Amino acid sequence: MSELSIQGLCKRFAQHRVIDQLDLHLTAGSTLALLGPSGSGKTTLLRMLCGFEHCDAGSISIGGTIVSSPGIHLPPERRRIGYVPQEGALFPHLKVADNIVFGLPRSLRKQRHRVAELLEMVGLPADYADRAPQHLSGGQQQRVALARALAAEPAVVLLDEPFSALDSGLRNDTRQAVMQALQAAGATAVLVTHDQSEALSCGEQVAVLWQGRLLQQDSPANLYRHPRTPELAGFLGESILLAGVATAGRVECVLGGFPMADSKLQGAVEVLIRPEQIRLGPPAPDTVQATVIGMEYFGHDATLHLQLRQGQHIIKARTSGWHAYQHGQTVALAVDGPLTVFAQQGPGRSTAETPDNARFLLSQS
Amino acid sequence: MAFYSLKTGRARYRQGWLFAAALAVCLVLASPLLVIVWQAAQSDPADFIDTLWRPLVASLALNTALIVASTTLLCGVLGLVSAWFSERTRLPWQGLWPLLSVAPMAVPTFISSYAWVSLSDDLQGFPAALLVLVSAYSPLVFLPVSAALRGLDPALEETARTLGLGPWRCFFRLILPQLRPALLGGMLLVALSTLSEFGAFVLLRFRTFTTEIFAEYRAGFDSHGAAQLSIALLLAAALLIGLEWRVRRQASSYERRARGTRRAPPRLELGAGKWLVVAGFLLLSCVTLLLPLSTLGYWLTQHGDAAVSPVEVSAQLLFDASFSSIELGLEGAALTVLLALPLGYLLARRPGRVAAFMERVAFLVQGVPGIVIALGLVTVSIRVIPGLYQSQFLLLLAYAILFLPLAMVSVRSALLQAESRLEELARSLGLKGWQTWLRVLLPMAAPGLGAAASLVFLSIVTELTATLLLSPIGTETLATQIWADTSAMAFAAAAPYALILTVLSMVSTWLLMLLLGGNAINRLAADGTTVAGETAHV
Repeated sequence: MSELSIQGLCKRFAQHRVIDQLDLHLTAGSTLALLGPSGSGKTTLLRMLCGFEHCDAGSISIGGTIVSSPGIHLPPERRRIGYVPQEGALFPHLKVADNIVFGLPRSLRKQRHRVAELLEMVGLPADYADRAPQHLSGGQQQRVALARALAAEPAVVLLDEPFSALDSGLRNDTRQAVMQALQAAGATAVLVTHDQSEALSCGEQVAVLWQGRLLQQDSPANLYRHPRTPELAGFLGESILLAGVATAGRVECVLGGFPMADSKLQGAVEVLIRPEQIRLGPPAPDTVQATVIGMEYFGHDATLHLQLRQGQHIIKARTSGWHAYQHGQTVALAVDGPLTVFAQQGPGRSTAETPDNARFLLSQS
Repeated sequence: MAFYSLKTGRARYRQGWLFAAALAVCLVLASPLLVIVWQAAQSDPADFIDTLWRPLVASLALNTALIVASTTLLCGVLGLVSAWFSERTRLPWQGLWPLLSVAPMAVPTFISSYAWVSLSDDLQGFPAALLVLVSAYSPLVFLPVSAALRGLDPALEETARTLGLGPWRCFFRLILPQLRPALLGGMLLVALSTLSEFGAFVLLRFRTFTTEIFAEYRAGFDSHGAAQLSIALLLAAALLIGLEWRVRRQASSYERRARGTRRAPPRLELGAGKWLVVAGFLLLSCVTLLLPLSTLGYWLTQHGDAAVSPVEVSAQLLFDASFSSIELGLEGAALTVLLALPLGYLLARRPGRVAAFMERVAFLVQGVPGIVIALGLVTVSIRVIPGLYQSQFLLLLAYAILFLPLAMVSVRSALLQAESRLEELARSLGLKGWQTWLRVLLPMAAPGLGAAASLVFLSIVTELTATLLLSPIGTETLATQIWADTSAMAFAAAAPYALILTVLSMVSTWLLMLLLGGNAINRLAADGTTVAGETAHV
């Protein structure tokens, strides 16, 4: 398994910059989820890694060998990559086993080299080897596609939205099986997805692509806790942005004063709070109190819409679905710190707060 | 089987009249075939063997096998190669090549035969027949293969490339196996059409089963020998139809579920080699289109006495022939679409074993050579319903039987497009059954029905065999006139008829395109495989 390195990569279609000065590095044997909204260039990037598209500038190297740069273009068949397209794309005229060994030399094809081992690795019974692809479910097809990609022991495995066509129940199982197989194979893998929860649960690393640029590359937990911009925070999950004032490692906002997560910012800032950071308790004096004005109930958890007693802010809090809350009930709020803050970027963008209110609250406390 | 299901009286079968109508249509379809088989069963087996065990029959069989095999092979190679180049390589004037590859299909074989035979006396026999048939029938391979090439998921090829296959190995290990059903299906269609071919063989003096059946029938008005030869022809056709069914079934296992938007498959850059391909396409079009059509143009400018037999064209005859061609075409199209409606509706709305069986009957009849059907109808009209013989209705019936399967495919897909949900919705809004037909179903299916009608019209106008055998005395059509004049070597006299026929054929092709939208032919070509695919997925 090899490392993957991309430097200064550019690609345009007509006048449109699809990939713009992109740098990315992935150590051997690790898994990267490439996350981005549709049109962000993530599929183009994957197709460039595969060698289906040429690059305009910059370079891609796999295992230290440059495979793409202006003037160099190694064709897909010589890149030693494993590619898992959307919906698997199994060869419909071949049985499962013949699909898996498709890329191997003839002698290995005849003896069905490693078919049983690979089927087991992706969590399919060995007797599936003789089935026709049409008789497999979508998730099973996807697993066979992965087995086929792994059969030739590629340097890098590239997966293009492999779970997007599956329905939600199947998606989880397939995802787990695929991730386990990739780990068992010790593969360097890049998985493209537009689904943030999929990205956060799949990759050891997550890279967020936005309009052809790499916004941030980090571990899933770091990315979710400390996104670089408020927009990114909103893209990765539900977020509450409140105005606050930062002083010496602490930030004051409408919900109280909290330590800041490594930030040297001073003065007016925006504070990021995730709904699950908010803990609810019985109302008591000297607590921030709010009224329940709405609820979205999901079973395993619930999202409460809360109106703060002080000020007119409405914020969301995620609670366990086990506790029942009543409409109109008063609760006390506490927040699990530390908090991530962003430099204030002007008014009109935050979801719940205005600077005036914040100052008013601060002077009161 | 159908009646058994009807009598169970389940809600699904409440529309008994529909099944009855469809069954009646099927009976009409199968009647000539049944008569021929019944007649053969009546005759003495020893006599049967005597008729067939003759040197003449052996040479006919050899000729037939030779022309069928070589036409099929050549069409397969030509169709595959031209489809691949026009779909998968980057060529100048990219849109032109598919058009030029398909266009020869619109020139009836007896017209191109006329063109070649009038060019030189040497253009006769096997080589000329091969030339004419390969020109006319290679679109039958080109169309399904290029549709299959376009339908291939590019992800398959990309995956194969990442698995280490270069472009050439990719073609042989992935693309060619994927094209197999389309290619084999197209080639079998070519084989069946060649087996049924009649006009070209007569004009080019190449003797096969069909020409001999016609000769024996004409010579003695003794349908006995002709019927026995027909059985031999029928057996050959049955073999091909059986093979076609196998390919069709196989094709269903290649079907993938429909997906959303798909990238266009990549086209190969050929560099300077592209001019070689262009030259190849141009040369091919010269042989298949330009030469026959310009020969036609040449004879148009010549006086009657320039030809071997000097015959002048009479304006009255020209008008009469055009009129009866158009009249027969219109009436035949109307009758055929009318008969195709119950079958098409049954297939679209009540798919099941009964419908599948009826569909098979229709496709079986489609594979039977036209001359056998015409002879069968002659027998029916003489033995069973004497009043029908030599009547125009019998000829129309023959057209309906010959072209109903063609119409049925179109009618069925038109009705499938008018979703049954809308029909149910109309019923929920208070419309009665017939009102739903009138106000919802027919308006929505109209373009498809129109397409079916123009397709049948096109086929009738260019039909020769059944028209020759069954047209009432005194009725001459464009096709029979061309045939008569060419047989008499009156080439200049045949030209105006051929011109009008070619124009008619092109106009109705244009109408067909208009009604079905740009990719009309692709849809028709794809229909066959989707039918098989859907039944397999149930």
